[in-house]
Amino acid sequence: MADEPNAPVEGAPASKGPPAKPAQPAVPPNLAGKTTSAAVAPRRPPARKKKVVDDTSPLLSRRSWLGLAWGSFTAASAGALAATGRFMFPNVLNEPPQQFKIGFPDEYAPGVDERWKDRFGIWVVRTPSDIVQEAGGFYALISVCTHLGCTPNWLSAELKFKCPCHGSGFRPTGVNFEGPAPRPLERARIVLADDGQILVDKARKFQFELGQWADPESFLRV
Amino acid sequence: MADTKIVAPKEGALERSWNWLTETQVWKSVFRHNAPITDRNRVLVVLSNVFLHLHPVRLRKSGVRLRYTWCMGGLSFFLFLSLTFTGVLLMFYYRPTLEYAYTDIVGLREHVPLGIMREMHRWGAHAMVVTVWLHMFRVFMTGSYKPPREFNWNIGVIMLVLTLLLSFTGYLLPWDQLAIWAITVGSNMARATPFMGSEGPGSALLMLGDVRLIHAADDARFALLGGTFVGEGALLRFYVLHCVGLPLAIAVLMAVHFWRVRKDGGISGPV
Ligand code: FES
Repeated sequence: MADEPNAPVEGAPASKGPPAKPAQPAVPPNLAGKTTSAAVAPRRPPARKKKVVDDTSPLLSRRSWLGLAWGSFTAASAGALAATGRFMFPNVLNEPPQQFKIGFPDEYAPGVDERWKDRFGIWVVRTPSDIVQEAGGFYALISVCTHLGCTPNWLSAELKFKCPCHGSGFRPTGVNFEGPAPRPLERARIVLADDGQILVDKARKFQFELGQWADPESFLRV
Repeated sequence: MADTKIVAPKEGALERSWNWLTETQVWKSVFRHNAPITDRNRVLVVLSNVFLHLHPVRLRKSGVRLRYTWCMGGLSFFLFLSLTFTGVLLMFYYRPTLEYAYTDIVGLREHVPLGIMREMHRWGAHAMVVTVWLHMFRVFMTGSYKPPREFNWNIGVIMLVLTLLLSFTGYLLPWDQLAIWAITVGSNMARATPFMGSEGPGSALLMLGDVRLIHAADDARFALLGGTFVGEGALLRFYVLHCVGLPLAIAVLMAVHFWRVRKDGGISGPV
């Protein structure tokens, strides 16, 4: 009490002056009949100050608890965000396989074969003499335009691949010669499987401009 | 003194029922203030209505001058509302699957009464892109991006991007050749995202041993398409983004945008 000598104490008679009034304090006339906390609530003595009660936890101070709480909340939020991101990447994809067998070499006539374009996105080309390998055989062209990724069409009358999006043109070898495409079509790995069928693997790509068409797996000699 | 309402003896039936109606609890709970014919009542009416209070009670004269504002912000908002409405209507018929998407779009024109609803959505979307650009242009030319409005300008830039993304995602949904290849071309750009795109700068640096961490099946473009090409996953993801994700985001930003306009002193005046 020492710090607030004038604070009234409930129930205790005042030390001087007139005798103690009834417990109900006087109500100012303008507030008569109204419910206001100011008018009605008796003033309580200030709580006796014990030594900072909140901070005497044997484990952690109040501040540390708060830090811990915010820290774990932040960590949980970050975890939830990461989980949300991971959610967008499924473990299994319903997409055509990257590696597939396309039958035996003698099933193909010379020229561009379109039978696997829709299903696997490749043209199988049989050529008597390749521009890089200088031998007869097969290569698999990936049917994705090297400009911005549309699927070109094979125009058998004009002997070229023509992209409908911005007009890029490619020779049967895959080399670009018109339109905005900056580089030739890519070739996929093509080898003979154990059973004698041709095996194409789109996961392995060969780019002409990097000299990769000389790779033995980019071309199947027969 | 509750019963001192003076009722003229010669009241007609119409007047009597009107008086009765306006005294009912229902009426009084809906129309809480008298008719807005005085300044005071206008303010009371406007401020106690959630929709009306969105609009300020007072405006600068320049704020309603068409030659100054072009009304492009308002038109953009109006178009957004009408796109939301027609879009929800389209959702009653459209199924975002490879099997049905295209035929449902054709069906919307051929089999559904008022097939014009889809055209309204489509043309409204084009119009919104135009009005948003013009709004930005007006705001730029009148210098309204300057402090204290620079924060709101940035909100606007984000909303411009969201508008374009809404347009982009909606473009795929008809699932015709134009749509598929436009999204193919557009989403291929995401391959070039720094670090997060399989062909982007820096992504080759992210290696674990000699395995690339960022490749075609886990890069930014994949997250967008839900696959390595524009297929079933892309259609569904774009549908969800178009109908739920992006509209929610832009609606929240609109609320912030309109609120800031008022906090920053209303529509900017001529300098
Ligand atoms: S994507 Fe083929 S020309 Fe542009």
